[in-house]
Amino acid sequence: MSPQTPDRRTFILGTGAATLVASLLSSDLLAQDATQPWQQAVKEIVGDSKPIEGQLLLDIPEIAENGNTVPLAVSAESPMTEAEHVKAIHVIATANPQPGVATFRFTPLSGKAAAASRMRLLRTQDVIALAELSDGKFLMTRRPVRVTVGGCGG
Amino acid sequence: MSTMSRPRVRLPERAKAGEVVEIKTLISHVMESGQRREADGKVIPRFIINTFSAKFAGAEVFKAELKPGISANPYIAFHMRVPGPGEFEFTWIDDNGATLVEKQKLNVV
Repeated sequence: MSPQTPDRRTFILGTGAATLVASLLSSDLLAQDATQPWQQAVKEIVGDSKPIEGQLLLDIPEIAENGNTVPLAVSAESPMTEAEHVKAIHVIATANPQPGVATFRFTPLSGKAAAASRMRLLRTQDVIALAELSDGKFLMTRRPVRVTVGGCGG
Repeated sequence: MSTMSRPRVRLPERAKAGEVVEIKTLISHVMESGQRREADGKVIPRFIINTFSAKFAGAEVFKAELKPGISANPYIAFHMRVPGPGEFEFTWIDDNGATLVEKQKLNVV
């Protein structure tokens, strides 16, 4: 075994960890060269603002046996008053041919910023939820889902 | 071509003014994604319900813009803070511009 081996291994491990951290930090979400369709979809919604991580719940199964119908629920804590409310929650499937899944639009009359539906997922991927607040800020949550049999009828 | 049919809405049996209630809706629709192909390779054109909205006593409560990523026979659930007695008006609109409207009174006690 050559003495370089541990160094190289360390380097590779380090690179892997850095990539993982980068994806967790969602810096790729805000990359200037938003080349992936889902990145463009995110950019169209948030523009130049930086979404705040968390404070937004995206409830999806960890494993979806049928990608044709994957339950989905989103919710964000908000007083839902005229002055302070969640205007919309957008759902984006990062590896679907068309990443946009739905946009739910709320009013103070909604009382609660929460919605549920069922979506199609082509394959194992991350799903992103983005909440648009009345003060112009954005919240973001990203969750992986393992898809056993893909949807979209491709 | 099949169209929208059988809208189903589940409201709470009774609600109090000020209370936040959940409303569940379901409608039959193929939600053709535009991604599928016939056996001869021809793309089956997209045909989905693209908009759902809910009004109560004439005021907008909730709206959903649906994309091809939504499953067939779309299920949509949302909430409302009950402002008082009134009637819901639910509207589904598809890619052909067809509209289906369902009205239901909420039992406010």
